[in-house]
Amino acid sequence: MTDDILRMRGITKTFPGVKALQDVTLSVRRGEIHAICGENGAGKSTLMKVLSGVHPHGSYTGEIVFDGQPCSFSSIRDSEQLGIVIIHQELALVQQLSIAENIFLGNEKASRGLIDWNRTNHAAAELLRRVGLRENPVTPVVDIGVGKQQLVEIAKALSKEVKLLILDEPTAALNDEDSAHLLDLLRGLRDEGITSVIISHKLNEITEIADSITIIRDGRTIETLDVHGGQVTEDRIISGMVGRDLEHRFPPHESHVGDEVLRIEDWTVHNPAQGGRRVVDGANLVLRRGEIVGLAGLMGAGRTELAMSVFGRSWGTGISGRLVKDGKEIHLKNVQDAIANGIAYVSEDRKRYGLNLIEDIKRNVSAAGLPKLAKRGWVNENEEFSVAERYRKSMNIKAPSVLTTTGTLSGGNQQKVVLSKWIFTDPDVLILDEPTRGIDVGAKYEIYTIINELAAEGKAVLVISSELPELLGLCDRIYALSEGRITGEVERAEATQERLMQYMTKGQEQRP
Amino acid sequence: MSTTPVTADGPAEGGPTGDAPVAPGTSPRRFTINVRQSGIYVAFALIVVLFTVLTDGALLQPQNISNIIVQNSYILILAIGMILIIIAGHIDLSAGSVVAVTGAICAVLTVNMDVAWPIAVAITLVAGAAIGAWQGFWIAYFGIPAFIVTLAGMLVFRALTMTVLGNQGIGPFPDQIRTLSNGFIESYLGNIGLGPLGGADLLTLVVGVVLVAGFALTQWRARKARLGYNQIVDPMPVFLLKIGLAGVIVMAVIVQLARFKNLPWVLVLLAVLVLGYSLLTTRAVFGRRIYAVGGNLQAATLSGVKVKSITFWIFVNMGVLAALAGVIFAGRLNQAGPTAGNAFELDAIAAAFIGGAAVQGGVGKVVGAITGGLIMAVINNGMSLIGAPSERVMLVKGLVLLAAVAYDVWTKRRAGAAH
Repeated sequence: MTDDILRMRGITKTFPGVKALQDVTLSVRRGEIHAICGENGAGKSTLMKVLSGVHPHGSYTGEIVFDGQPCSFSSIRDSEQLGIVIIHQELALVQQLSIAENIFLGNEKASRGLIDWNRTNHAAAELLRRVGLRENPVTPVVDIGVGKQQLVEIAKALSKEVKLLILDEPTAALNDEDSAHLLDLLRGLRDEGITSVIISHKLNEITEIADSITIIRDGRTIETLDVHGGQVTEDRIISGMVGRDLEHRFPPHESHVGDEVLRIEDWTVHNPAQGGRRVVDGANLVLRRGEIVGLAGLMGAGRTELAMSVFGRSWGTGISGRLVKDGKEIHLKNVQDAIANGIAYVSEDRKRYGLNLIEDIKRNVSAAGLPKLAKRGWVNENEEFSVAERYRKSMNIKAPSVLTTTGTLSGGNQQKVVLSKWIFTDPDVLILDEPTRGIDVGAKYEIYTIINELAAEGKAVLVISSELPELLGLCDRIYALSEGRITGEVERAEATQERLMQYMTKGQEQRP
Repeated sequence: MSTTPVTADGPAEGGPTGDAPVAPGTSPRRFTINVRQSGIYVAFALIVVLFTVLTDGALLQPQNISNIIVQNSYILILAIGMILIIIAGHIDLSAGSVVAVTGAICAVLTVNMDVAWPIAVAITLVAGAAIGAWQGFWIAYFGIPAFIVTLAGMLVFRALTMTVLGNQGIGPFPDQIRTLSNGFIESYLGNIGLGPLGGADLLTLVVGVVLVAGFALTQWRARKARLGYNQIVDPMPVFLLKIGLAGVIVMAVIVQLARFKNLPWVLVLLAVLVLGYSLLTTRAVFGRRIYAVGGNLQAATLSGVKVKSITFWIFVNMGVLAALAGVIFAGRLNQAGPTAGNAFELDAIAAAFIGGAAVQGGVGKVVGAITGGLIMAVINNGMSLIGAPSERVMLVKGLVLLAAVAYDVWTKRRAGAAH
């Protein structure tokens, strides 16, 4: 009998319209490092949210047994009381507070309502020593790097007497040195008897550190591999992650690739928030008329950053490189320039970046191309109405009228509104960032059809997607991006998920 | 078919929001979708009826109607500028101080320096624009929240007022400025008898008839144009009813004003401003982008809207309108004083929110803000007519503001409950 600290059985979690988890099983042995692998959107984070009580008991079905006790957490506090601590990818530290204050936030060392600062800082220093962080506990968190902040999060977890530590993409934002230190720390904690569950896309790290690996795909558990039992290679993991067959989910696509429209040369972008970390590193891409080009990459690879920085420098600092449109170099200082030069960008987050949710379909469709509907600054509202009506029909936007508020539409119809907005600007190049995220299968097919039509009209389309089957089914050519670099370029005929995944997980140390 | 066909699970693909056919000529949405917007007009009508009853009809007496307009014109002018700022998701706390400092500038120019009144007014408006540009710069280009910038402005421009005035009132103003604030259009066409209603000014009546006819004509042409684009319009009886109702209300006010003296100049000015800014907000590219910025700043930025420039110019606009209000207010008191315009910004902000603006921005109408301002004006006026003490007036105004925003938040929560 193995000693399992955690058993999750038959976990099913449904969001409106989407089954995120279906009958998922996860068993974690006491004192091991257990990795969970899967594509973006496979359900890893949702599973961890179920475990930690972010999704409370009752919002899912299935059972959780922790330390031999059946659990029904109604909040994250309940799970923390039993020693389950989750560290999210986006760190939950209060930037302006000190390290010590952050460690004991919500768990203050106080007597009769007054905080005992000596005890707080002393205890914090002790925890910092355990995680190997040499910083003064009174230093504000904002003054230490993101790698050290990760350690503060772990120190915070240790302060709660953690038994099971869950880390969601802990090394995604770290450089190699910080990553190595973090992995060492996890090994140290394992020796102290603390069990860890780690979600990571960096397969090389996983094979290095994990004792066992559970692979999740499409919201189901595929298999659990024992790393010590046999040779678990990265290829072995990849085939588990992608092993699904392509159904007839894509409309037939005939490509008529024409001349080059946009060339992106030696494109480099830095992250303004993470101390100027380089997120896109010397990328080169070519887009041609009538061609659908894919951009594959794991979370944090720099896909959106690449797209948005090209789209009129709407993201990033220290952007360098050349853009050549129709053979001429162009300089896009802002979004207006990008639109004027026939470039459109459909964001991955349509609610935050794509739509004005309190306005109707008509005004959203006209938002980017409004000057086209105006004479001397005055909008022709009737023309606007008929343009919106035209797109409502041609894009099959399911709404009673173009006066329907976009906030009430379903995801697929919202996406069609955003697409309409950009098609109305009559672009030559469309960059579609996760165009089918959070959209039902039926609507996905419609979106694919629209993308095919755009290409057939001679537009160049760049599709960014986390779903490899989508790229394979849709694109003429696919670039792979890993850690900000283009690590591969594959023609449709030669493209397989395994091959792409290899390029996408190619770390810098593996490159010649 | 219901207006918000959204189930608790959110609309599914092809679900309840699905392609339910809409028969041409009928509009299931038109009448109901604007409940949130039209609630304010219903409330206004109810308040008017209430105070008409409470004051035994004194509220609607010719002179009183004229008073309500003249006494609140500067707040209504500020409310027009304020609604644009609130739609964009900002706020202006400095409006009252700007009213004071521009009134003081106008006083110094006309009284102390003997500048001709049109030049003095022009210089004052330019000064208002400069003040707006100053605040707009810090907000739009430097990125300081409008709350802070205009809070600072509130202090700075009050201080400048005192400096300019040397801490004392300056007056009297030239007659022309006083006429603009307080006066009436000359009775060029003489009077006409209206039977039991007595004599009334003919010019005012003519203006009223022309106004209503022009309104009806433009509505008719807009309707025809919409039909030409195959859009759904109100059925003919509803269309005629709306035009008729608007015409009757406008003519009723006009007749009362004609029976008193004539059209107040500020009313003419206000009418032009309301018309112009309504067009700006609904039809102009610039105006439409204010809504885009307030509705979703990131989406607007990524749609190529020059967010900073728009923010800057709505504050410049606010400065100009505040200067106009400053001139009118000073002219009305016939003196520019150091405490002029105190707390005017709060009345203007309240007018905007009572008039249906959303706290988060992106929503609001010029006509709504004017109605909001008139609601407060009628409450003020009506309560003072029945002899209510000022503390009770303040109490009622405060509760009305709270109720209006609570209603807005409540309707929005209901609409958004499915998400």
